[in-house]
Amino acid sequence: MRSPVFILILFLLCFHFGWGRTIEVCSSCEHQTVNAAIEKASAFDTIVVKKGIYKEFNLHITKPLSIIGEDYPVIDGENKGEIITIEADSVSVEGLKIVNVGTSYTTDYAAVRVVKSENFLIKNVQLERLFFGIYLEKSRNGKVLNNTILGDAVEEFSSGNGIQLWYCNNVEVIGNSIKKVRDGIYLEFSDDILIKDNTSQDNLRYGLHFMFSNNDIYENNTFENNGAGVAVMFSKFITMEGNTFRKNWGTASFGLLLKEINDSEIKNNKFEENTVGINIEGSNRINYTDNDFRNNGWAIKVRGACYTNIFTKNNFFNNSFDISYNSKLNDNRFDRNYWSSYTGYDLNKDGIGDVPYRPVKLFSYIVNRTPETIILLRSLFIDIIDFSEKVSPVFTPDNLMDENPLLKPISHDFN
Amino acid sequence: MIKILKYSFYDLMRSRWSYVYFLFYLLLGLVLLFLNNDLSKAVITLMNVIIILVPLIGTIFGVMYYYNSKEFTELLLAQPVKRSSIFLGQYLGVSLSLAMSLVIGLGLPFIFYGIFNSDAIGNFSLLLITGALLTLIFTALAFVIALTNDNKIKGFGYAILLWLFLAVIYDGIFLMSLVFFEDYPLDKFSLITTMLNPIDLSRVLILLKMDISALLGYTGAVFQKFFGTNLGIILSSLMLILWVSIPLFLIKRISGRKDF
Repeated sequence: MRSPVFILILFLLCFHFGWGRTIEVCSSCEHQTVNAAIEKASAFDTIVVKKGIYKEFNLHITKPLSIIGEDYPVIDGENKGEIITIEADSVSVEGLKIVNVGTSYTTDYAAVRVVKSENFLIKNVQLERLFFGIYLEKSRNGKVLNNTILGDAVEEFSSGNGIQLWYCNNVEVIGNSIKKVRDGIYLEFSDDILIKDNTSQDNLRYGLHFMFSNNDIYENNTFENNGAGVAVMFSKFITMEGNTFRKNWGTASFGLLLKEINDSEIKNNKFEENTVGINIEGSNRINYTDNDFRNNGWAIKVRGACYTNIFTKNNFFNNSFDISYNSKLNDNRFDRNYWSSYTGYDLNKDGIGDVPYRPVKLFSYIVNRTPETIILLRSLFIDIIDFSEKVSPVFTPDNLMDENPLLKPISHDFN
Repeated sequence: MIKILKYSFYDLMRSRWSYVYFLFYLLLGLVLLFLNNDLSKAVITLMNVIIILVPLIGTIFGVMYYYNSKEFTELLLAQPVKRSSIFLGQYLGVSLSLAMSLVIGLGLPFIFYGIFNSDAIGNFSLLLITGALLTLIFTALAFVIALTNDNKIKGFGYAILLWLFLAVIYDGIFLMSLVFFEDYPLDKFSLITTMLNPIDLSRVLILLKMDISALLGYTGAVFQKFFGTNLGIILSSLMLILWVSIPLFLIKRISGRKDF
């Protein structure tokens, strides 16, 4: 008598903790709401949500659970508040469609929030009509994969961010698509984050916004048509590789803004049709290699306090201004770049121009000093003074030049 | 006056120079469209050409025509025709034929390319309108110069100088004063200075319509705000019309008083 009960209990325990039960949620199931299923479930259970519309909010997950949606069931928050809050380790949320997150001016309501948890997984989730999308705070070792976030942000003050990381560590954000929110992806005090293969476009403010976050990598992302572009500020050891920055076009827009960024790598990126390709301020020891700058207003705008930056093997095609500089002091190096406006020659046919190229035009120097003069853009007089400055530089830093300008553009291996 | 206009117009239509001018624009339009398949970019490049070349050709052509047809003019003066109608007729003949060469020469390739189905149609028509207006302005100025100078060399000299001043030197002085007075608010100053020069005014009008206006930043926003309003559009068209009508008035006055 005693041993079968013991075995049964042991069996149940195993079932509970080892494999976990599967709980189904649907309109005709035992549990008709996700909330009821979460309350009933014990740790390591799997909750399968069947197709349907569930009008729920404030779902608190305080134990390790897997919530999996079948055919994208809709969880409708009816604009009442936060929808899913994860406060336990090893929680995964998959295949849900979450709509109508409440908007508040005092609380940051999110569609999915992860608080002080580890090993979480948020995958294939679709978010629409949201305030904040996926909000990770003080969490580590998690993954945010292949989610689709489509906001309807109109004003900066009444909208939230797509994916926000705050004091997080070692998180992977891969393959997400984020549109029409305030900041596509926002990082603050988050280290060792990998941001990869995401698309962030049509956002009100920044496609990606980065503050006080070190040792992060972002690669192969596309940032397009965002209000201001991508801002990376006050961070160290950042690697940016293979990203595309496109069509961030407007009077106060830029492709990439670097402010107080040190010891970083910017490699293999494409900057196309931005008002300013890269805006650099107070950033030191950065290597710019193998980037393409195409049809930007300014390819690179150097704002000051930028030392020991090295620009090599970049292509500059048809930018209105290649480089803009606001001081006569130069400690940055330009070497072996291709400049489409280079007019020199190559007598020994080694592919390197014999005359150094000066990327800073006198006009861009003047515009930096007196911004009102930009109104003379494309005037014949400006072409004449640019030409004479090119022949004998007086105002622009005379050591700012590419000693070895390439005659042919470099074909980069973009994957 | 209409008869003289007609005569000058047909005379020019038959002359080689009109054809050369027409063919030049036709070729320019074709090559531009052939080289970059982007209509709006072609419009920007065209703007650069139009802003510089149209005034230059208008000035030189006007002066040249006046001096060449001087003997015929003197013959006409002996007839019972009003002086003002002789000169205004000649002026209109020259300027209209130039404007026509420009509009048709540039218009044809773009029409074949399908400008009517493109968003650039607004910008392109603005470009043609300002081009035509610049022709009217600079031919009129050329006539004034030619009327006041009987010496051909002097006349040509002044005409070139006028073009050089408005196209280049003016901007130089403008730039110097902007840099010199950079500590003061310069928005109104630069607006007024731009308005006063027909070349600058057309350049800014076209630039503001293009994507490239985003480069103009804060200053551009000030300009956009001004030229975007009805007042701005009325003022700038008034300014261009004033640039045509003042020289016309001068032509009338000088020709009326001049002793031939």
